[in-house]
Amino acid sequence: MGSCNILVIGAGGLGCELLKNLALMGFQKIHVIDMDVIDLSNLNRQFLFRRADIGSSKAEVAAKFINSRIPGCNVVPHFKKIQDYDEDFYRQFHVVVCGLDSIVARRWMNGMLISMLQYDDDGELEQTSLIPMVDGGTEGFKGNARVILPGISACVECTLDLFPPQVTYPLCTIANTPRLPEHCIEYVKMIQWNKENPFECPIDGDDPNHINWIYEKAQERANQFNILGLSYRLVQGVVKNIIPAVASTNAVIAATCTTEVFKLATSCCLPLNNYMVFNDVDGIYTYSYEAEKKPDCIVCSNKPKTYFVDNGSIKLKQFIEDLCESKDYQMKNPGVTTSIDGKNRTLYMSLVKSIEEKTRDNLNKTFDELGLKSGSQLFIADVTNPNTIILELKYTQTSEMVTD
Amino acid sequence: MASPGPKSPEQSEKSKKYDRQLRLWGDHGQSALESCHICLINATGLGTEILKSLVLPGIGGFTIVDGKKITEEDIGANFFLDIDSIGKPRAQVSTQLLLELNPEVKGDYVDEPIEQLLQNNPNFFKNFTVVVAASLPERMLIALSDLLWEADIPFIATRSYGLIGSARLQIKEHTIIETHPDTQNPDLRLDQPFPVLVKHLEDVDLTKMDLKDHTHVPYVVPLYQALQEWKSSHNGDLPKNYKEKEEFRNLLRKGIKMNEDGVQEYEENFEEALKAVNFAIAPTVVPNNVKEILNDYNCINLTSKSKPFWIMAKAVRDFVDNEGEGLLPLRGSLPDMTADSQRYIALQQVYLQEAARCSEIVHRRVRQLLHQLGQPVDAISEADTKLFCKHASSLGVVRGRKISDEYDTKLINTSLLAQGVENSESLIIYYVMFRGIDRFYAEYNHYPGEFGDEHDIVKLKGSIAKLLSEWGCGPLAKDDYIHEIYRYGGAELHSVSAFLGGCVAHEVIKLVTGQYKPVNNTFIYDAITTNTETIDITNLHGIF
Ligand SMILES: [Zn+2]
Repeated sequence: MGSCNILVIGAGGLGCELLKNLALMGFQKIHVIDMDVIDLSNLNRQFLFRRADIGSSKAEVAAKFINSRIPGCNVVPHFKKIQDYDEDFYRQFHVVVCGLDSIVARRWMNGMLISMLQYDDDGELEQTSLIPMVDGGTEGFKGNARVILPGISACVECTLDLFPPQVTYPLCTIANTPRLPEHCIEYVKMIQWNKENPFECPIDGDDPNHINWIYEKAQERANQFNILGLSYRLVQGVVKNIIPAVASTNAVIAATCTTEVFKLATSCCLPLNNYMVFNDVDGIYTYSYEAEKKPDCIVCSNKPKTYFVDNGSIKLKQFIEDLCESKDYQMKNPGVTTSIDGKNRTLYMSLVKSIEEKTRDNLNKTFDELGLKSGSQLFIADVTNPNTIILELKYTQTSEMVTD
Repeated sequence: MASPGPKSPEQSEKSKKYDRQLRLWGDHGQSALESCHICLINATGLGTEILKSLVLPGIGGFTIVDGKKITEEDIGANFFLDIDSIGKPRAQVSTQLLLELNPEVKGDYVDEPIEQLLQNNPNFFKNFTVVVAASLPERMLIALSDLLWEADIPFIATRSYGLIGSARLQIKEHTIIETHPDTQNPDLRLDQPFPVLVKHLEDVDLTKMDLKDHTHVPYVVPLYQALQEWKSSHNGDLPKNYKEKEEFRNLLRKGIKMNEDGVQEYEENFEEALKAVNFAIAPTVVPNNVKEILNDYNCINLTSKSKPFWIMAKAVRDFVDNEGEGLLPLRGSLPDMTADSQRYIALQQVYLQEAARCSEIVHRRVRQLLHQLGQPVDAISEADTKLFCKHASSLGVVRGRKISDEYDTKLINTSLLAQGVENSESLIIYYVMFRGIDRFYAEYNHYPGEFGDEHDIVKLKGSIAKLLSEWGCGPLAKDDYIHEIYRYGGAELHSVSAFLGGCVAHEVIKLVTGQYKPVNNTFIYDAITTNTETIDITNLHGIF
């Protein structure tokens, strides 16, 4: 275990626990990545931080604390985003443990580890290229832990439907028929802020002046409609999308993850196969089961995925919306390129402003107008994955129905 | 200055620090936490992990009882001991390092062996809200169990042993107002509407509305009106089975507006009404578990010492029998539903005001009862009664059993043990192992395998065989578990301690805040298979 090199992603609620656990279990070579700095609201559970540390890097303070408390343990901090590193960095680790609150980051890491798999000439997976990923997540008194053997067991993308979509309210409710205090807050956040532009900048949930302004305006709107139950705490919760968190659940989930790392490193017994849920609202409940690998998973199946549409009359805009909304893809800001007659062509890309402007007109064009055919390949880049995903178009209506 | 907006409440430092947990147990849960005092016996790795998850959220204070001096082995398994502390009192160092986590928490320690303290000053343990003991040998466990049962102080005995762990809660009686159920049907009373609701729902004439208004009526209205129509043609009965509910849905569908072509419009409120048939058309009743509480001995037979929970329960019971006409006080909340603001808020107000009326009646009864019992009439505030009424349909009472009962062959559930030993899926086998380990320890004064002596295997087998025969159970089929326990040698694995530490800390929080349901009563964790099981090993027939 002294030689086993572990990467911990996140030095927050789960990360602090993971670092302590791994160090006490005898792991000595640990790296930790976190791009965040310490906030007052972390101190009810992130026990490696003190009041004087507020504003400092989580990774750096956590590493320093562990190294001073546990002799022989060497935690190396990285005050970075995971996207700042490439596979040359990730290849040095034997196990990756994630304690993240971001689904996008989790998916990105999952994609990275799968893209690092190597296969021999017979198509057999080379075991040395496999880095197991142990992943934990918590929300209030609920949590889950899982073990992913990339290429072998279900990956994050295989089980995307486990992540509940974020609660959203229809725009017409927010604008015309508010009933809940949340509707009033969303109204101020989505409509009134842009209209009045009180601080001449986008909303910063950590700026108390911004929260105060939203609170006051939301209260005015709630009063206007006689809506009850608006509070400052609720405003903060909605604006910052706060997930409740307690020390105890983090302790349980991080401990489960650590035991799994220990099993993987020592082979003392079989690792969790492969998903455990935990809930201690009513007694203490746990349930372990095998999440299934999706045979056509866009990330781990190693097969090009087919994208079925009726015909070429679908607009690029609709296609991109589907990538964002369908529960199989749940992408954030996909960029689409293709290859037509051997030449690469960017159809749309939102992240780079100049390209966005140049490709914006394509959004309203149909696949036919863009020169795409059944069998064309689309290359999709998205923040949820470090690599490009290839989708092969397939038109399900017979060809004679499509006029050339 | 132009018209100033409503003043934003300045958030205190404390509410910022505890923000993420206040969203769960609220300010009242936090203040209960801040006024508790927890005793930890044995600052082992598991012991300090429990306190860590209690100090961080801000308990009032803790006291550690531990007479041991720190060894090198201790440091390897315990984050709250440092390398310079070898030879120092374990209670002292762990107290200091735990206190660094939260300046708001007070902590002290007693550097004295537990057996000594139990003998010389048993009253010491009566000062605490909850007592938690890690790895307590059998003799002390039984003594402390009796003492704390008598004193009516919740007690948790827990242990972390190799890849296995357990926690045993001993609570005489624990009452819960806020159980926080994951899912709960709305309390709409459509089958037995109160007069104001009847008037409100019948005043709406859906036939005279244009489409826009029609689609913005809360679904409760068409649902109620269709139900009246159904009842008038079904002897006043509700749709009972699947078939009748389907027929009722068809009736409901008839209310959907048609366009000029005679095709039904899409009306979201009606879609919601159709979905609500499943849960909103059931008869309103007092749930069985609440009935049990209202019929409980402690509810019916109030005394001058009765706790507020039982006084409020009695007041609710009397309400049900009188003004409530067989029903609990109305919860008063209305789920969100498609509607325009004005109609939704008006309906919400109807429910809210009726709930307020119910809780006022209950509170009058509470005051009467307090007066009759000779307790101060302000012992229970109106807000307390209101909270109680709001959660009346999900109240909880947990009655536990004494740990020392498990050491009486007449009071332990031997058939459950026998089943557990035979069933390879059950974790009860580890309960048997722990009892065997304790028996072994009492006899040989060390843990099996602690010094690598293989004779311990036979001795442990002997201890377990004796126990099983005392319980009238057959012998173990295989020796696998014995060998596994021997291999652990009594050592703590930190990740197993950390898992249990989190679990036990939250059980303490449940006991202190009176929110969420605690484990009843033995929790076993197997890190090998990542399974847990909750059992009650005492024989229910022994007492009821
Ligand atoms: Zn996959």
